[in-house]
Formats: sequence, structure tokens, C-alpha cells
Amino acid sequence: MRKKTSDSKFFSAAMKLADLIDINYRLLGVLSRVGIGFGFGDETVAEACAHNHVNVNTFLLICNVYTFEGYRPGPDMLEETDLRDVVKYLHSSHAYYMGVAVQNLANAISRAIAPCDEPRKRVIWKFFAEYKEELARHFEYEENTVFPYVESVLTHRAEDGFTILQYEENHSNIEEKLDDLKNIVMKYLPQECDDNEILTVLVHLYALGEDLAKHTFIEDEILVPVVNQLEHHE
Amino acid sequence: MNKRSVLLIEPSALLARGLESIFNSQGEFEVVMVLPDFSRGSQARLRNLSPDLVIVDPIVFDYGSRANGRALLAECCDCAVVALRSTPLDEEGLRQYDETLGLFDDPVTLIRKLRSALESRQETARAEGDELSAREKEILVCVAKGMLNKEIADRYHISIYTVITHRKNITRKTGIKTVAGLTVYALLNNLIDMNDFE
Repeated sequence: MRKKTSDSKFFSAAMKLADLIDINYRLLGVLSRVGIGFGFGDETVAEACAHNHVNVNTFLLICNVYTFEGYRPGPDMLEETDLRDVVKYLHSSHAYYMGVAVQNLANAISRAIAPCDEPRKRVIWKFFAEYKEELARHFEYEENTVFPYVESVLTHRAEDGFTILQYEENHSNIEEKLDDLKNIVMKYLPQECDDNEILTVLVHLYALGEDLAKHTFIEDEILVPVVNQLEHHE
Repeated sequence: MNKRSVLLIEPSALLARGLESIFNSQGEFEVVMVLPDFSRGSQARLRNLSPDLVIVDPIVFDYGSRANGRALLAECCDCAVVALRSTPLDEEGLRQYDETLGLFDDPVTLIRKLRSALESRQETARAEGDELSAREKEILVCVAKGMLNKEIADRYHISIYTVITHRKNITRKTGIKTVAGLTVYALLNNLIDMNDFE
């Protein structure tokens, strides 16, 4: 790592926001999703968060998850996390995945398979459409069932019957489909397809896969345990 | 821990029983079948069993085919193959195997050699970008058409476990796990007709 960041090996509130991005540019996506715009000058992470009404602990937590493989938030870190910010982040991630990432991917695939014959195009599109729909269904469930439930726990209006542990959703199917798509594009597209276009598809695919993996981690390792704790306090 | 299944091809009952009893006392490996030769019947049984490991005495191959023994076995099963050297054999011929057991190896050495054979086999299996075999292609087509494991087993008169093993190998070789993905693969590679499918 380039620079010593206070006493911790993880990100801290006192470091410059620009340094944080230099260490891991993938956090650019996180910035826009929590609502921190560019033009932040020399602000520290703490200043930029205060400026934009973002809980600095939640922001650091998300950045650490995205950057340090195997990072697990400690109990005190979880206690200082604002669950509403986590949910807000997950919600804007959903919007980003469906509105931007999947659309970019679709455009790239469309260009890559343009030279293929019609039946092949149809087969590949069908597979992609199924994946997209599965992803959308998964997000809808979270938006319509899980997030409202979290809100009801926060406002002590939770009704009996549902607990966060029931939200043991299976992400594996979505991951498998994305992985299959990656293999098909990388290994089995017909020779007439353009290599540069295939490269663009793969870059989008890997980026989406990585982002989704972190997203899942935040749901399973942050959202679920914190809500579970709150349920027991009820 | 599940014991690793070993299929032994050894004409000498004395050696076969001896190895079996050593594996029994050590655990970890278990001889699931002993074949006295490499006849057609033996080959069929080997194909259907798909053990974790095969130990073969190269004397079961006649002199002409001995240099290709390993390749003949590979046609029947895709697993580690260890030679049991009961008679003097040239080093060149033994090199094709993943390991060689000697008559005077002690039990600990025998187990260690089997382990290392399994490990090296796993490595090559990962490294190989092998083509699908003819049988695997047939089964892939069935999967792509939406047939169930049971239906596939009935059609080819093989056990459901063999179907599952083939499917595992198809996924290992192609890198594709879902049925929808395998269908795309089959169509892109002209294994099924587009019109057939729609």
C-alpha cells in the first residue's frame, strides 16, 4: 500500500478522500451510490461524509469490504453502523445494477455478437434475458420484503412472523449464471466475433461479478447480523 | 472422511489380497473391486465404476500394448492410475503412470504414493482443456434438451451415478454449470440443431 493510513491497516476517517480512491479506484462506484459527488477537493473522508450527510462509519465499512479481501467488521464497528445508510446503499446499488451495469453489458454483448447468425444471436440473448430477469426478481424481493422489514424493525413496528434469518436467500444461482455467461463469452463465441468487443463484454462481466459479490457480502455479513441483534433487543 | 475407492487390476491373488489387507488396516483407501485381467468385460466394469484411483499391474497388458497401458485405461476412466511393479519392467514404460508401487514398499510409503498420485492427477485434470468425449457430447445434448438424469440413464442403459459423473466432467471441461448455459454451449458448438431446439 502506498501510504500509511493512521494506525490501522484499513481505511480511516482522517485520510484524504482522494487517497482512498487512489488506493482502490473501484470505490468510485461506491462514492456515487452513497451520494458523494466529485469536486471534493482536499477533504478528508470524515469531512466529505459530513458534507453529504453520510454516516462515516458506514461509509468506511463499505469501502473496507470492497477493498480488503477477508475484511470482517468487528462488533463495535457494527454497532456504530447506521442501518438506514446501509439499506440506502443497497437500494442505490440495485438501481445501478439494473439501470446502468446490466444495460452496459447488454450493449456490449449486442456489439460483440453482431456478426453471428440470427439463431445464435437468439440463443445468447435468451440466456442473457433469463439472467437479467432472475437478477431483477432477486432485487425486487429485497426491495419489497426485506428492506421494508428492516425499516419496521428500526421503528419498532415489526410484526411477528418474519425474521431476518428467513432472508437466507440463495445467491448461488445468480452467480452461476453470470459465471456461465463469462465462460460462454470468453471461450465459445464463434470465430467471426470481434476480439475487442468480446474484451469489453468481459470487462463489464468481471466488474459486475465482483461488485455483486461485495453486495452479497454486505447483505449477509452486515445487514443480517445487525438486524438480527436488533430483533433480540425488541 | 470418505474412503477413496481403489480399483485393483492384478492377476496374482496373493498380491491383491496383500494390498487389500494393507489398505484395510491403514484406512483412507478401500479396494472396491479386483479385476484379474484387462479383458473387455473388465473394461466395462471399470467404466461403470469410475473409482478415485486405479492400481494396475502392467503385466496384464500384452507386450505390444504395454507402452500404451495408461492410454488404454484412460479410455475407460478419468482418474489417477498407479502401476504395481510385480516383475522387472523398464523405467520408460513406468513413466506414463502417476506413481509406481514396489513390492517392498512399506505401508506408509504405499499410502503416501497413492496420495501424491491423486494430487498430481487433480492438477493435470485442472490444467487440461480436454475435449468432450463422444459419450459426454451425447449426454450434453440430452441435458440441453431438458432430459432428467433418470431419463438419460435409461436411454443409454447406464446407472444414474454414471450420468452424474459424466455431467460433472462436462462441467469441469466446459466450465459451464447451469442447464441453460449448457444449452447455449451445445447450440454454439453445433451439437444440437437450432431448429430442433426451438
